[in-house]
Amino acid sequence: MDQAQRIVEYKEYSPRASRLSEEKFLLFLEGVTAVFDGFKALDIEALGIEHNELRVIIGPNGAGKTTLCDVVSGKTRPTTGYVFFDGGDITHQTEEEIALRGIGRKFQTPTVFDSLTTYENMELSLPSHYHLWPNLFGNTTKAQQERILEILERVGLADALDLEAKYLSHGQRQWLAISTLILSNPKLLLVDEPAAGLTDAETALTAELLLELKGDHTLIVIEHDMDFVRQLDSFVTVLNEGIIMAEGTMQEVQQNEEVIEAYLGR
Amino acid sequence: MFKKTVTVQPSNRGADEAISQPIRANGLRLKMENVGNTATGGWSILFQRYVPWSLLFIGLVMIPLFYYTGLITIGAVNMLGRYMAFAIVAVGLDLIWGYTGILSLCQSFFFALGGYAMGMYLAHHGGPEGIIDANNWKIPACLYVVYPYKVGEAPGDALVPWFWKPFYTLPVTTILGLLIPGLAALAIGYVGFRSRVRGVYFAILTQAITVAGWLVFCMNNMKLCGTNGLTRFDRIAGFKLASPNVKVSLYILTLLSLVGVYALCRYVVKSRLGRVLIAIRDDETTLRFSGYKPYIYKLFAFVLAGMIAGLGGMLYAPQMGIFTPTNMEASASILVVVWVAVGGRGALSGAILGALAVNLLYNFFTSEKNFLLFVWKAEYWQFILGGLFIGVVLVFPGGLIDLWRRLVGTAR
Repeated sequence: MDQAQRIVEYKEYSPRASRLSEEKFLLFLEGVTAVFDGFKALDIEALGIEHNELRVIIGPNGAGKTTLCDVVSGKTRPTTGYVFFDGGDITHQTEEEIALRGIGRKFQTPTVFDSLTTYENMELSLPSHYHLWPNLFGNTTKAQQERILEILERVGLADALDLEAKYLSHGQRQWLAISTLILSNPKLLLVDEPAAGLTDAETALTAELLLELKGDHTLIVIEHDMDFVRQLDSFVTVLNEGIIMAEGTMQEVQQNEEVIEAYLGR
Repeated sequence: MFKKTVTVQPSNRGADEAISQPIRANGLRLKMENVGNTATGGWSILFQRYVPWSLLFIGLVMIPLFYYTGLITIGAVNMLGRYMAFAIVAVGLDLIWGYTGILSLCQSFFFALGGYAMGMYLAHHGGPEGIIDANNWKIPACLYVVYPYKVGEAPGDALVPWFWKPFYTLPVTTILGLLIPGLAALAIGYVGFRSRVRGVYFAILTQAITVAGWLVFCMNNMKLCGTNGLTRFDRIAGFKLASPNVKVSLYILTLLSLVGVYALCRYVVKSRLGRVLIAIRDDETTLRFSGYKPYIYKLFAFVLAGMIAGLGGMLYAPQMGIFTPTNMEASASILVVVWVAVGGRGALSGAILGALAVNLLYNFFTSEKNFLLFVWKAEYWQFILGGLFIGVVLVFPGGLIDLWRRLVGTAR
């Protein structure tokens, strides 16, 4: 299917026109542009992410992948257009409100809190711990501790439990960032370059973790590493110069002339 | 003693092994007992346990004992009491600066708000007796600075302003002395944090507010006694301030308040909320994406620090015997920062240590001394203070408490 056709189809599902959208799509972007100083970093006519889907977004440097994440997570306000999530308009909501609605994000460079230990970093991401007083008087329950350790065990960080995050290696930080995201259990996970700076074996584990989440979470994964994208074997959206160039399975995209021209072939 | 003795195995066993291995329940339980478990061994535990308690013992028992046996003068006890009031302010600043990473330059303003509250109470009950206005309300003697009359003559239009009146009784004064700095901090913090004023800009904002506050308090027509400040204190809760026993009691009260404030702040920073504060210091933006509203936490820490500073001011005023706008000058605010920096930011005990150390040094070096070759003058103190500040930045960024820890660490 050609991209123009796909956009026409998307538009039938516009949440502003149709009630069908909510059932089909968890996230829907319509006419979203982001303009910085006259430079159009993002220009998406329509994009929908279905419930419990794993969507991979690829594209060359400066294609607007991270800007797309910024717009969805509220870091950047879109210049025009609408972002709908889980049946509501989140275009003008703040980062905290969007996070509370259930969008979690891992940044391109793994952001963890340096002065806190691995365990404390995880503790901060426990779901529904955002309020002041429970934080002052509350304690982490046994079940929550077990859950934290389960995840850390899984990514091999259980040994570094009491180590401040500033002493972790890049790969460990990467995993800690992913672990905190998994722990917070959002409806939609925005994962920006989860495999950057990881060894092949580590990349494989990351792919496995993400695929495991696919069943009951919706994920948007931004990635450069083609091997990693192949391991994920999911629906792919190709961005180029802020515009969606093609969508489809990895095979379809790889055979697309335009995509080869702009990105893959070189 | 504070070194964490966690051994971290290089995570070679990471990827492949971790994928295939089922989670080992026993191993988990073992790990969980280790959560938050830090130090071990000999000397360090000894120091950790006994140094704070012995210091408390010295402060609470030995100092009054020294006084009553004639080893030190009442002036020294009184001085220590005042410096402990400063230490209370320093602990508050450490909470907001050391832990939350927000440099506030209006702690002295909050300190002065508390001090003025207590000062107004003390002025109400100060000398001379028996001067009342047309509404039958006692006119504090220091108010005559702003009235064109002599002390004792109070014609019909010389009325005590309404905002003096709540500060007539001690309980109301105490509550207001905490509440007013708290509300001021709430207002400043709400405006600042809500509009995401950060870092050096917040420092400048708070500095400006301090200067503005100072100017307002210096004005004669504000009826806050102008630059002369609140004077002629006489009695607190019916006791003569000049009496040595009252001075010792105030000293002990200040020490206990310091311990209480320390315990409160320690509880806060050890709680999960404390970790949120540290996370704000590290990376506020990321925290927002986890669903936290950082401004609420910052506001909490800022208001708490403001109220603590107010408490410090309330304890300072009766011990000093006078409270003037000098206490809320911009330089006074920066001094609080110096205390915390010298003591060691990010450690509550460091803040106390810094406040006491810098002030004792101040006390020592601002008296004239005759050496063989030259005369030490009080003004030279500024060089020492400047040197200390440069030293902290260049040589020991962790402050005195870090030096101490290293010393103890190597001792074992």
